[in-house]
Amino acid sequence: MQFGIFTVGDVTPDPTTGRTPSEHERIKSTVAIARKAEEVGLDVVAVGEHHNPPFIASAPTTTLAYIGAQTERIILSTATTLITTTDPVLIAENYAKLQHLTDGRVDLMMGRGNTGPVYPWFGKDIREGINLAIENYALLHRLWREDVVDWEGRFRTPLQGFTSTPRPLDGVPPFVWHGSIRSPEIAEQAAYYGDGFFSNHIFWPASHTAQMVDLYRRRFEHYGHGSADQAIVGLGGQVFMRRNSQDAVREFRPYFDNAPVYGHGPSLEEFTAQTPLTVGSPQEVVERTLGFREYVGDYQRQLFLMDHAGLPLKTVLEQLDLLGEILPDLRAGFAEGRPDHVPDAPTHASLVEARERVSA
Amino acid sequence: MTRIAVVSAGLSVPSSTRLLADRIAAVTAEALEEAEVEVVELRPLAHALADHLVTGFPTGELAEAIETVRRADGLIVVTPVFAASYSGLFKTFFDVLEDGLLDGKPVLVAATAGTARHSLVLEHALRPLFAHLHAVVVPTGVFASTDDFGDVGLDRRIERAAGELAALVGKVDPSARRARTVDDEFAEPTPFEELLRRAADG
Repeated sequence: MQFGIFTVGDVTPDPTTGRTPSEHERIKSTVAIARKAEEVGLDVVAVGEHHNPPFIASAPTTTLAYIGAQTERIILSTATTLITTTDPVLIAENYAKLQHLTDGRVDLMMGRGNTGPVYPWFGKDIREGINLAIENYALLHRLWREDVVDWEGRFRTPLQGFTSTPRPLDGVPPFVWHGSIRSPEIAEQAAYYGDGFFSNHIFWPASHTAQMVDLYRRRFEHYGHGSADQAIVGLGGQVFMRRNSQDAVREFRPYFDNAPVYGHGPSLEEFTAQTPLTVGSPQEVVERTLGFREYVGDYQRQLFLMDHAGLPLKTVLEQLDLLGEILPDLRAGFAEGRPDHVPDAPTHASLVEARERVSA
Repeated sequence: MTRIAVVSAGLSVPSSTRLLADRIAAVTAEALEEAEVEVVELRPLAHALADHLVTGFPTGELAEAIETVRRADGLIVVTPVFAASYSGLFKTFFDVLEDGLLDGKPVLVAATAGTARHSLVLEHALRPLFAHLHAVVVPTGVFASTDDFGDVGLDRRIERAAGELAALVGKVDPSARRARTVDDEFAEPTPFEELLRRAADG
């Protein structure tokens, strides 16, 4: 079981002070947060991709390469890579390069993005969102697996005798997750390829996440990649901790109330009941997080959103210290009762080993 | 058993909108002989609807109300006229329904207002809304201004509209219901080869 954090790189005013960090501060904070994540023992750091203010999340491979150079162990991932509007040839090149630079510490999560005008800015049509995700990924999948590709599709210029360089490290493409909140087609896509499925989880009720994951597991088995409980599942999560539960609620409330995504809507208490958001003591976070298994089964990756809604860097780093403290309990809790045939999330090393087993 | 869902957007208690809704529902049920009528009052759902706009998902009683509309064989929708159109609360409920949820569903549109000068609201606001949602709107709409509650003409219009709804319920060609909802996909996903083919064909 892997634990980590994901960030969307929002530049949001701190509602308690009115202060907005500069883009430069926020970009540097992202690196500081990633370094801290490794220091406290987390396994994964994932950065988002946006091409509009108030985000600093463009050029994700630049950010990840820089983080990779300053860390030793942590897996670098995305949340998400815009498979709809980004040329799959560039994705193939950029992430293969990142694989080489970081000795294989890379995987990706594909997403469609949620900002309408990004599509026309990149010459695409939002009504083709699902079709773009399907065609572009089909091409990306081939570019990483076939040395020479002839290809023709609807959304980019044809390729004749094209070789994407560098070739993936050790001939093993980065593992891919497909992220979605509400599109069954994406769960179907993940299942078809035997890739991972990541449920955003944090914006919707648990019953919905359960439905998406169940569809993915059923179809993973249908396509012959293993039994349903061997499918590779990741979940988002959102927590805010203080030693004393009331202190956590008091401190987090203004950030919640003004948060860009769900602020000025339901109360903190309502949203906590309706979604996985947990605001309280470290022990409460452990208990709630371990409970996710009850509706998605044993899973492989848990990412937390920690640095959003204007929370200052100092607070985010304190939160990561607390997350580090409960990590042993989370690892022990998830290991308990986990059947041996449920795999861990694939890593570069495990994928290389699997390939060697097949060719041996 | 035929299911009729009534969506009423009146705000006061008692509400003339609800009064009109109940009269239409009763006559429709009579015309159908066997029908189960469920009423969705939007006023108690106002907070949940505002939350849905912000969060993107329905909770509690709102989720139940949407389910009631989803499984209904026919709909009776009644709104008060606010600022020359349906009320914001009424529109919000239909704004948050998933695509395809009203596809091919027979709908009787009705509205109340203080004066008969708003009577065309059915034609210039409600019909286009339900046409956009791919519902099948019955030819007769029921508009009631305050004066109409003392006029026998209202009963005749209700009978005519209810009769039209009763005649349509269960008779709309299922091929009119083309759009697949997210729930359809969960129950029976479109196979990936088909998704690939659609991506290639456009």
